[in-house]
Amino acid sequence: MTTLLNIDGLTKAYPGVVANDNVSFSIQPGEVHALLGENGAGKSTLVKMIYGLVKPDKGRMTLHGQPYEPAEPRAARAAGVAMVFQHFSLFDALNVAENIALGMEKPPAMRDLAARIREVSENYGLPLDPSRTVGDLSAGERQRVEIIRCLLQDPKLLIMDEPTSVLTPQEVEILFKTLRKLSAEGTAILYISHKLEEIRTLCDGATILRLGKVVDSCNPREKSASELAEMMVGTKLTPPSRPEAEPGEVVLEVTNLSVKSANPFGTSLKDISFTVREGEVLGIGGVAGNGQDELLSALSGETLAPNDAVRLRGESIGHMGPNPRRHIAVLTAPEERLGHAAAPDMSLIENALLTGAIRQGLVRNGFLNWPATRIFAESIIKQFDVRTPGAGNAARSLSGGNLQKFVIGREVLQKPEVLVVNQPTWGVDASAAAAIRQSILDLAENGTAVIVISQDLDELMEISDRFAALNEGRLSPPRPARGLTMEEIGLMMGGAHDMEVAHAEA
Amino acid sequence: MLRLEKRPTPSRFWTAATPVLAVLLTMIAGGLLFMILGKDPFAAIRTIFWDPLFNEQFASYSRPQLLVKSGPLILIAIGLSLGFRAGIWNIGAEGQYIIGALCGAGVGLALYPMDAWFIFPLMVIAGALGGLLWAMIPALLKTHFRTNEILVSLLLVYVAEQLLASMALGLMRNPEGGGFPGSRNLQQYPSASNPELIAGTGMHWGIVAAFIAVIASYVLLNRHLLGFQIRLTGQSPRAARFAGVNPNALILFCLGTSGVLAGLAGLFEIAGPAGQVSIDFNQGYGFTAIIVAFLGRLNPIGILLAGLLMGLTYIGGDLAQFMLGLPAAAIQAFQGMLLFFLLGVDVLSNFRIRIGKTEAA
Amino acid sequence: MDLSAINPLVLIASLMVASTPILLAALGELVVEKAGVLNLGVEGMMITGAICGFAIAVETDNPALGFVAAMAGGAILSLIFGVMTQVLLSNQVASGLALTLFGLGLSALMGQGYVGIKPPATHDLNFGPLADIPVLGPVLFSHDAVVYISLALVVAVWAVLKFTRLGLILRAVGENHDAAHALGYKVVRIRILAIMFGGACAGLGGAYISLIRVPQWTEGMTAGAGWIALAIVVFASWKPVRVLIGAYLFGGITVLQLNLQAAGVAIPVEYLSMSPYLITILVLVIMSADRSRAALNAPASLGRVFHASS
Repeated sequence: MTTLLNIDGLTKAYPGVVANDNVSFSIQPGEVHALLGENGAGKSTLVKMIYGLVKPDKGRMTLHGQPYEPAEPRAARAAGVAMVFQHFSLFDALNVAENIALGMEKPPAMRDLAARIREVSENYGLPLDPSRTVGDLSAGERQRVEIIRCLLQDPKLLIMDEPTSVLTPQEVEILFKTLRKLSAEGTAILYISHKLEEIRTLCDGATILRLGKVVDSCNPREKSASELAEMMVGTKLTPPSRPEAEPGEVVLEVTNLSVKSANPFGTSLKDISFTVREGEVLGIGGVAGNGQDELLSALSGETLAPNDAVRLRGESIGHMGPNPRRHIAVLTAPEERLGHAAAPDMSLIENALLTGAIRQGLVRNGFLNWPATRIFAESIIKQFDVRTPGAGNAARSLSGGNLQKFVIGREVLQKPEVLVVNQPTWGVDASAAAAIRQSILDLAENGTAVIVISQDLDELMEISDRFAALNEGRLSPPRPARGLTMEEIGLMMGGAHDMEVAHAEA
Repeated sequence: MLRLEKRPTPSRFWTAATPVLAVLLTMIAGGLLFMILGKDPFAAIRTIFWDPLFNEQFASYSRPQLLVKSGPLILIAIGLSLGFRAGIWNIGAEGQYIIGALCGAGVGLALYPMDAWFIFPLMVIAGALGGLLWAMIPALLKTHFRTNEILVSLLLVYVAEQLLASMALGLMRNPEGGGFPGSRNLQQYPSASNPELIAGTGMHWGIVAAFIAVIASYVLLNRHLLGFQIRLTGQSPRAARFAGVNPNALILFCLGTSGVLAGLAGLFEIAGPAGQVSIDFNQGYGFTAIIVAFLGRLNPIGILLAGLLMGLTYIGGDLAQFMLGLPAAAIQAFQGMLLFFLLGVDVLSNFRIRIGKTEAA
Repeated sequence: MDLSAINPLVLIASLMVASTPILLAALGELVVEKAGVLNLGVEGMMITGAICGFAIAVETDNPALGFVAAMAGGAILSLIFGVMTQVLLSNQVASGLALTLFGLGLSALMGQGYVGIKPPATHDLNFGPLADIPVLGPVLFSHDAVVYISLALVVAVWAVLKFTRLGLILRAVGENHDAAHALGYKVVRIRILAIMFGGACAGLGGAYISLIRVPQWTEGMTAGAGWIALAIVVFASWKPVRVLIGAYLFGGITVLQLNLQAAGVAIPVEYLSMSPYLITILVLVIMSADRSRAALNAPASLGRVFHASS
């Protein structure tokens, strides 16, 4: 059997960073090969080179033994390489069939294409209606569109970038069955992830990247998750810890909260109820796009709620905007760091003012106290180990992990009574993630009521006292996190929705 | 091939240097344009940029003109810059300028021939209110119906021009003017005129107002929460919402302020240099001020300098028309070119230009 | 006042003539906006087209060549905007304004020697006996070729956007330029071509004003037609057939108010002249008040700067 794809010495440098340094490995036909690495290890750059989006500075690739230098994605697709993106390459306002046609070289007439989509999607257990508008689909369904788009072109190599972050555990099971079926049919899969258990169950081989270099390769089935973690991160990480404590009084109470989404393709919140106590961490899981942004907006005051639906120690605060809520120490950190939690082109000093103006007393009679603001920004940088040349640097110049430490630190230092964080460690490297989780736990230990909204179930199990899941804008009743099984969590997240196991016969 | 690479932090050097570079590029391109028109490019550039200030023959007349022309440009551009920073595009300052002038002049003409100290202040207030009123139309339509303020403010310029024509030919026509269009000359009505404050400088109340506006907007943008909110909204509307900014209040403030300043500019012009309500008293200051605002990088000090430069091109253009027979339109094209070059070289402040292989774009 | 002097058939026929420049410019802008680019320079491209077409038609004594030159002039001017916004990544609003200001100046300069000249006449197409049909004849079969071209263009733009792969790609680029880039489409190239198409349409519309509608050259003669074209694209919610309706509606108001002026209605001329602008504003308000529809039809990447970071 000849090697399908051979990668030899690929190197790609960007100003100030070598994204890939002399990377080599190979994939056999039908192999499920994992590319394992932290955020920033260079996985994305590598697959972009394979898919023809980025040209390598050095090194070469062969496909079926022939030199392979895709000048553009079109050439890659023609050679039998297909890719499912992490941030979907879909068009909200177009329908499923149109989206799929855009990813094909010579799509058949729309009616034939629709029939083909139905056929293939049924066959692989990924049902899809070709005429639906993509913007109305759930995250899981959107991923199906991407997968079907690839499958319709009979790829020899399918690249999947973090595919399970948008799926419930049940849906992950089904996806894996589909992938195994594809692999049995001879399609190789390059599977990119930082989730170790998944890789151990699914993959035949693994290449581990750290800081742009291949540091190791192995058969993941023969390694334990902690061995894989050590290879990926380079050091042993201590999981966050905190002493056991009894939660105190109820601080925040949300009752029958229903809010219509401002975004035409967003998810409206439906009848959400929960409470959080002093010193307690409530973890809210769920697949992205099930109302996480809307819930954060309703808690931050960016979207106003019915007054009685949100209460702080019995006082109704649903009608309060973001700044009145800051006055009473209800603080939030949104998911989108650049453009929501922070203004990309503004300095860290100005970004410190963005939410700190009220509680830190940085404004008097409308006039700004810049020296005090600088001191506040510098104390965030110092206490949360934000790596930057100085507080005068623009937010966009920071790495994801450092900016996230700044954003979380900015709220933590303001001594919140309630802190709501959405996706605290999304796209953040492991050491920064560990530091952020620890700071959240420390805050809870000091009596703050904390709500963590996250897609990362491992993270939620690690830090939450109680767990609830968002599914299509509804929140499951919170349950104690300890002792919950993946099965139970998956059902709280909505189970497998309408996916079904891939049909046995091809 | 050239390739653009985003800078992690905007370059301070290029932020300051791009307007200068743009002016130089415009001089070169403008020189070429004048050459095509059969004029000596060096003479033309010198006539436009040098002679009005330093040629002994003309300077005594044209130096005071510099303030007269620059004043309204600066005043309007300061107002526009606030909105432009917040991503609120008032491009109908010309209309607000006209309505401000009409309201102010209307008060003065209505009180003719009364002689009282309060007439001119009253006209100033009326001018400001007129500009405000005209700017509130796009503002309220935007806050209530999300109507595009660019189109509404611009279309209202045409409406304002028709109103001006109607006033100049009808209601405000000078009853003693022998049937000629145009109102009484306010300069000959001391209680209502905006006189030259220091003889031979061109300084009038409008210039004073422009300087005050420059200082006030500098303080607002750098020291005041509202200025911070304006900048934040322009850069990142979602972050602004998160920071508790009320977008509707900001729209009303930005459009309102620019309307007031444009209205004031109109009033000072009509009570001063222009003197009377006539069909074409407006000289397109409202549009040129857009160029001034960008050339000054939406920065108050920059706008002050840009306003002076642009005022110079007006005077220099007149001079070049008189001396070299350069058509007036050439200056208009020249000013448009300047804005193009400015926006084009602006890329340098946020991107590095690399020469090398291209990526698949 | 004599309202009976207004002949409804002549009114409709002249309405079509009055609408054609705006229809052409709006169709071009619709394609540009569908590709995700907001070009506010329509007015500048129209006036440049008006003088280019006028000058070439006068010099060659051939209106057809004039129209071709107008399209070329508009397209070349729009190319400046394309390079500014797509290559140099300038702000689209500011660049569009610059295009308008520059176009107004440039056209005035180019038109120095053409003031007061009469252009060669453009003849109406000869439909033979069809033109003699009562009612339909004067309304439908008594126009010049450009009127029919503009109507054909409505159908063509509609069909291309709805049924062809080209249209699909164009819509995809306007909807999500990052995704289109990830799939390997040349976002910048597609957008620049769309911008040039828009420029050519605006140029043609401008020349229609200077060569047929008026017909002569005066500075600033487009008098806001480009801005009204922009408004009509919003009014039409980015749908070609509605652009036709919008343009004809506007043309109707223009012609009606001109007829009322001629008939000596007791409303001052100035107020009649401002009515088309006021009604355009009113229509804009009505359209934008309907939040859901406006938000769903606008191309999602409209006006956003695209920079391939990888």
